[in-house]
Amino acid sequence: MTVLEFRDVHRTHGDGESAVHALRGVHLTVRPGELVAVMGPSGSGKSTLLNLAGGLDLPSHGEVLVEGVALDTLSHRGLAEVRRRTIGYVFQDFNLLPSLTAVENVALPLELDGTGIREARRAALSALGDIGIADLARRFPDEMSGGQQQRVAIARALVGDRRLVLADEPTGALDSQTGELVLRVLRDRVDAGAAGLLVTHEARHAGWADRVIFLRDGSIVDTSGPLASVTDLLEPTP
Amino acid sequence: MSIRNSLLALLERGPMHGYQLRAAFEASVGGTWSLNIGQVYTTLSRLERDELVAALPENDEGQRPYEITARGRTELNQWFATPIDRADRPRDELAIKLALAMTTPGVDLASVVQTQRVAGIRALQEYTRLKVSGGGDPDDPSWLLVLEAMIFQTEAEIRWLDFCEATILRKRTVPVPKTDAPVAARQTGPKVAGA
Ligand SMILES: Nc1ncnc2c1ncn2[C@@H]1O[C@H](COP(=O)(O)OP(=O)(O)OP(=O)(O)O)[C@@H](O)[C@H]1O
Ligand SMILES: [Mg+2]
Repeated sequence: MTVLEFRDVHRTHGDGESAVHALRGVHLTVRPGELVAVMGPSGSGKSTLLNLAGGLDLPSHGEVLVEGVALDTLSHRGLAEVRRRTIGYVFQDFNLLPSLTAVENVALPLELDGTGIREARRAALSALGDIGIADLARRFPDEMSGGQQQRVAIARALVGDRRLVLADEPTGALDSQTGELVLRVLRDRVDAGAAGLLVTHEARHAGWADRVIFLRDGSIVDTSGPLASVTDLLEPTP
Repeated sequence: MSIRNSLLALLERGPMHGYQLRAAFEASVGGTWSLNIGQVYTTLSRLERDELVAALPENDEGQRPYEITARGRTELNQWFATPIDRADRPRDELAIKLALAMTTPGVDLASVVQTQRVAGIRALQEYTRLKVSGGGDPDDPSWLLVLEAMIFQTEAEIRWLDFCEATILRKRTVPVPKTDAPVAARQTGPKVAGA
């Protein structure tokens, strides 16, 4: 079973002369238990790819399927549900709600999804614990450092049963030890059966992935030209 | 890297024979580097010649343990007290290769860089797996130092590649050998930048 699939996905912004081809014909599959890292220079389309995977943006052409369902066939409501229930998304900016404490922020997606408050809080506390900040549970976002807020956002993305975890430079504001912790948590999640897609420019973080794809000018350059064998090379040896 | 000093350091824990030394060395480096037993014995006999270690009587299995001497201890302390001189390290072969690739006509620089980058990422994946699977002795995490050193070095190499690709390699000009007629240097800009 494939959790995430891209079928010939294109994403173009604008049209005519000024059109920007952010993605040009991307094929990609990510299975449960698989962590795929996406690397590539600035502007190569990494965030575009992740936004499409998370249903935050729709392709200009081609299809994005999550657990076999093409996201563009879903209603607004259906898409919102998939985003809330199936997908955990760590954004480049963390979007915590300022009026909620850390634990409330993390519990929110579960509560929205009908989980009882007590159970949602318990799951949220444990997610905060996994990422080393259980003691900050009662703080509001403006009472935390940037790195701490980022960790709350990561806990929020990972709380509950997310089958697809998407992370865009999740270690941005973190020191290297904390960054390592985040990668470990992400890896554990994937080892427990989730599918993961991780955008990173840090090679050491790509080292945690089972597969690394290189984007360049909107294309995955590991399937053609002089780089034909990159995917094979990067396949974990059995 | 000094196998000599490594063996001295291991013998500072107590007398050991060749196979024990090899096992202890590999445990210290988390299995990232294996010594062959021949290397161990050659090094031991040189250390013995220089009176830095002394051979002890053979045990029942016919293995001869060695112990560190006072002189050996002085040498070891000196090793720990002296920083490793960067000039003593081998030249960076990759930097030299890339410099030559940049100035050699017909070389696809982008693919030279990408090939190296992929090799680096693969190495990082292996090191990370080793780290996660806990390749060494859990009660003695010193092997992680070696593993992390390799991770940091590989990471640095890839960052250096990224940097060079985005800056220096874009300015590629292949020098043309001087002939009687003056020739302008050829530019291969778009190929390098766009690939
Ligand atoms: N809303 C938009 N309108 C027009 N162009 C856009 C839009 N969003 C992205 N782009 C363009 O699409 C391309 C890919 O952008 P994207 O954000 O995916 O890059 P990236 O690989 O994530 O880069 P970075 O490493 O800098 O985050 C860029 O050229 C960008 O300018
Ligand atoms: Mg981006």
